[in-house]
Amino acid sequence: MTIELTINGKSHKVEADAATPLLYVLRNDLALNGAKFGCGLGQCGACTVLVDGKATLSCITPISLAEGRQVTTVEGLGTAEAPGPVQAAFIELQAAQCGYCIPGMMMSAQGLLQSNPAPTETEIRNALQTNLCRCGTHMRILAAIRRASELMQASLGPVANKRAG
Amino acid sequence: MNAPLTGALTRRGLLAGAGGLLVSFSLLPHAFAQSAAPAQPHLPGSLETSRSLDAWIRIDPNGHITIFTGKAELGQGVRTALLQVAAEELDVPPGELEIITADTARTPNEGYTAGSQSAQYSGTALRHAAAQVRQLLIGEAARRLELDPGVLKTEGKAVRAPDGRSLGYGELVSDQFLRVEAKPVSILKKPDSYRYIGHSLPRVDIPGKVTGGEVYVHDMRLEGMLHARVVRPAIPRARLLSVDSSSVEAMPGVVAVIRDGDFLAVVAQGEFQAVTAMHALAGLARWERRYALPDQAALPAYLQKNESTVGTVSASGDPDKAAGKVFEATYTRPYQLHGSIGPSCGVAVLKDGQLTVWSHTQGVYPDRAAIAEMLGMPPNKVRVIHREGAGCYGHNGADDAAADAALIASKLPGRPIRLLWMRDQEHAGEPFGAPMLMKIRATLGDDGRIAGWNYDLWSNDHNTRPGGARSLLAAQAKENPFPPPVPKLAITPNGNGDRNANPLYDLPNKRVLWHYVEDMPLRISALRGLGAYANVVAIESSIDELALMANADPVEFRLRHLSDPRARDVVELAAKRFGWSNEKLPPHRGRGFAFAKYKNLAAYLAIAAEVEIERETGRVRLVRAVSAIDTGEAINPDGIINQTEGGILQATSWTLYEAVTFDENEVTSTDWSSYPILRFSSVPDKVEVHVINRPGLPFLGTAEAAQGPTGAALANAVRHATGRRIYDLPLSRQRVKQAIGI
Ligand code: FES
Ligand code: FES
Repeated sequence: MTIELTINGKSHKVEADAATPLLYVLRNDLALNGAKFGCGLGQCGACTVLVDGKATLSCITPISLAEGRQVTTVEGLGTAEAPGPVQAAFIELQAAQCGYCIPGMMMSAQGLLQSNPAPTETEIRNALQTNLCRCGTHMRILAAIRRASELMQASLGPVANKRAG
Repeated sequence: MNAPLTGALTRRGLLAGAGGLLVSFSLLPHAFAQSAAPAQPHLPGSLETSRSLDAWIRIDPNGHITIFTGKAELGQGVRTALLQVAAEELDVPPGELEIITADTARTPNEGYTAGSQSAQYSGTALRHAAAQVRQLLIGEAARRLELDPGVLKTEGKAVRAPDGRSLGYGELVSDQFLRVEAKPVSILKKPDSYRYIGHSLPRVDIPGKVTGGEVYVHDMRLEGMLHARVVRPAIPRARLLSVDSSSVEAMPGVVAVIRDGDFLAVVAQGEFQAVTAMHALAGLARWERRYALPDQAALPAYLQKNESTVGTVSASGDPDKAAGKVFEATYTRPYQLHGSIGPSCGVAVLKDGQLTVWSHTQGVYPDRAAIAEMLGMPPNKVRVIHREGAGCYGHNGADDAAADAALIASKLPGRPIRLLWMRDQEHAGEPFGAPMLMKIRATLGDDGRIAGWNYDLWSNDHNTRPGGARSLLAAQAKENPFPPPVPKLAITPNGNGDRNANPLYDLPNKRVLWHYVEDMPLRISALRGLGAYANVVAIESSIDELALMANADPVEFRLRHLSDPRARDVVELAAKRFGWSNEKLPPHRGRGFAFAKYKNLAAYLAIAAEVEIERETGRVRLVRAVSAIDTGEAINPDGIINQTEGGILQATSWTLYEAVTFDENEVTSTDWSSYPILRFSSVPDKVEVHVINRPGLPFLGTAEAAQGPTGAALANAVRHATGRRIYDLPLSRQRVKQAIGI
């Protein structure tokens, strides 16, 4: 069947079985590399994307559920030339080893920071609880998210800063 | 902190050279060993095996410079480090160099990217090649400009004369200019003039990785590419009794069901179609086990019973005659996973008799030989190209997935095949880290020093990398199968199961034996550090117990037995930065210390850890860790910190949580809930890594240095917090509760 999806602000028509997990459509039909296959079981977070601003595991989300919603992948956060705040923070703090888990981490972080621009350490850790990293990059990932929070607040101006204070 | 220069002089002869540091590698000890065969001089690093400069560096007439390495990026940042080294000696910014990594059609054969040896071998080769290329360019410019080479400088990809004339690198090269054999001696930059070495340059691969770039083999999309999945149960080497695949062949998108002996796979147009068909096919296949697996709970006894031969790792004096108080203990380690976050993947296409395979293998050349052998093809008809995968931490399923893809592609000529393992296939099918049993009997003399040391370890070979087709799952399963390898005991300087079994401490009377186990019920292969992890845990746990017996501080007790000044430096630095003391900690907290010199010939690492125990649940959390590492000359200090932090956190996960589980039929830990690893709720508050840089000394390699010391520091901290020693890994909640009697 044909399903209409809005990915990173652009609408796409996709020909696929309604049960197809969103992840496969993103990676194959739309050639987006950001979301990764890690387990296909909802256990590792490598496939995390935002659906209507909420961190969602795309490996266990059928495309039929994504229809009519806003899907954001790491490609929607910026580019290597013009990285968004979360990407800029991960680059600045060199928060990657193999990097395979990182887009999923960034999408969980983006989801958190959009709803809570100045999260506490515990809130950050809770938001990442599903995301696994085997390289042990955790300390840098946490630091990058704290940095991304700063960068986002700086760009949001005084209102968001008040919340942080 | 700098090393005393005498260290450098004894390590590799240094001669002051004109305008630089003249390093004579002909003074290396093993060069003497080779002097019986006078034909070829010993060359630095991997130049020894790929001797022509143009194997490493190419300069195009337009000035474009490409450097080649046989090593692969595994997430350890090797691209960046190698670029820095080449850039330094070529006098060209790293951003202006292109780097080509592991590809059998293009790069030198450097075997495996393993053992923390990339900087040591490839880095050293590139460094010398670059330095010699720069000298050749200067020499050629001097000839053309009719000037003395000594007055010429290099900058901006050009050789410049004091009179303002200059010649670009591209102008200076002609066809065969760099087709010359490298020399044993190079004029290297002096550490005080470094522009790139020793600087924390940002990694070149990170921007692509955080923006959805096409980075991994998983991301490849070739024209006409099909998606394939294997059907492989969690039963090792299972025999396929029967499968009626006709219904699967009729499923939407399915192109082929492939059966070759016990090898079963499905190929489809779409990826989800392949997954759906794989599930259907799995439901139709009937398998039989070839043998029963041993009782998991009795694994240590199994190892001991299956000892086939014994090798002496180290022996001196007479440990049995030593007088004093005796300490005895037995330690164990279970099977553990590499557990890559991305399952193994391979892409292959057979076109006009030429097979091309893209793989995240650690060794493109050995993998090519193995795949060619499996398919009965001449190796020159097979090309293996490295593409990154998720971190592998040793020999995981990468080579197997490449072979799976190759076998499938060989049956569908002209069609590119992308083969990806599923999570359960990765968990059950990768070659595991080997289980071990370690027994120690040590004697503490009246003088408070260790008077006798007996150490016995039982373990398989830790390495079943493709030496040929027999290491590949697909080759073991296909018709006319290749039987799995049966490695033989070998005692080598790098070590294997016995890696780091010989403590670096001054022990006049010791005997270290490897009781070698040939039988291998579950497939194993190289996992980060091989035997070093468990050996260091056993040794350093015992050192702590001996310190207690001696009424000594664990750090002071270690220093008492350490005469290597670089070892002492890391121990003292880690203790100092941690704030090591004997002060009482709050209840349920403990501190632990550990040290090792990786392989006894690579990086020195010491670490202090503080843990917190939740009494009711037995949960251990690493609160903070402080480590010091000396990895010789630091190419990229932040890269060393990044990898070491990673090693500390990964080893924390191994030590606190991880064990492969199985029953008599099959592996039962087949996902992340049956094989839990570190999650963010348990990540420490703080991890510090202090790098001791030794400019001018050889690169020692970083990647695996933290594994053993971290495990040991945790074990010692748990001992300190609970008053009880846990001898079996992992230090699970259940074991902690048992130890404290809850
Ligand atoms: S791939 Fe989706 S949670 Fe692991
Ligand atoms: S950086 Fe490799 S898995 Fe996280």
